[in-house]
Amino acid sequence: MPDAIPSTEAYLMLSGTLFAVGLVGVIIRRNMITVLMAVELMMNAVNINLVAFSHRFASLEGQIFTIFIITVAAGEAAVGLAIIIQLYRLKSSINVDDARSLNG
Amino acid sequence: MSPALLVFFLVGTVAVAASILVVAMRNPVHSALFLLLTFLCVAVLFVMKGAEFVGAVQVLVYAGGIMVLFLFVVMLINVRHLPDERVLSNFWKGGFAVGLAVFILFVTLVRPGVYHDPVSSDKALRSTYTYRHRKVKQPNGTVVRKLIRRGKVVGNSEAVGMSLYTDYLVPFEVASLFLLVAMIGAIVIGKRELSAIEEENVPAYMLERVETEHEVKEAMRA
Repeated sequence: MPDAIPSTEAYLMLSGTLFAVGLVGVIIRRNMITVLMAVELMMNAVNINLVAFSHRFASLEGQIFTIFIITVAAGEAAVGLAIIIQLYRLKSSINVDDARSLNG
Repeated sequence: MSPALLVFFLVGTVAVAASILVVAMRNPVHSALFLLLTFLCVAVLFVMKGAEFVGAVQVLVYAGGIMVLFLFVVMLINVRHLPDERVLSNFWKGGFAVGLAVFILFVTLVRPGVYHDPVSSDKALRSTYTYRHRKVKQPNGTVVRKLIRRGKVVGNSEAVGMSLYTDYLVPFEVASLFLLVAMIGAIVIGKRELSAIEEENVPAYMLERVETEHEVKEAMRA
């Protein structure tokens, strides 16, 4: 039976695990670059969900939304990394705890 | 166990392990490389669910573009000079608790056997549809125009492209505008301020750089 692809539940479990790992990374890490990577991980988990349900309901909308999410993730990474570079120039550190003051 | 299931468990295990290592590694370069591994595994999972185009975009954009951006920034910011004695933030216990709670919530929400996967529904993800009017003769002699939908199995990329350029044309244009705005924003934010030298609270490394430049200029002049 070569057609037996893994079920939707297996994909949902995997994506939940990846999302939880990304959430833990966002909360516990102090390095700002790693926090941004964890955010990307969470977005990827959501993408897995969308693709799995797109296959389950046999409609293309999930894949289209995934493409838009990838677009938004690219823009978010660019702007976030620019902010990190500017913050490093200002504070000489990329710890999240050092970026508390809003007035620069 | 079928080969597809075997591949799924293998790739899924690698993805989860790599994602944990992304969070656990001290060095951001190692984190970025494990993130790359996670993205590639997720691309394999996309292809297994009939989303070939999204898998290709995942490899191209995430693994090709975003990862290069991350690595560039990691190498631009000299991490070696940063004090790295503490990696975890102050509330790491709460972070683990929240993560565990979310994980348990997701795993208990997804119960096996709820979704009843259809046997083979892959065809709808690979077909485009054309609409046309056709005159249909009714039994009582009148002729009625009817809208007829005809599906054609082509391939996932063509189906996604057709859907993207017809049904989702406006979001597509908005996404392009969004990318333009993000690009301009990143350039404006990341631009080095030339007037920072005159200000009082100049970072130490910038002063050092200015001094080094002066020394080099004087040495050249001499």
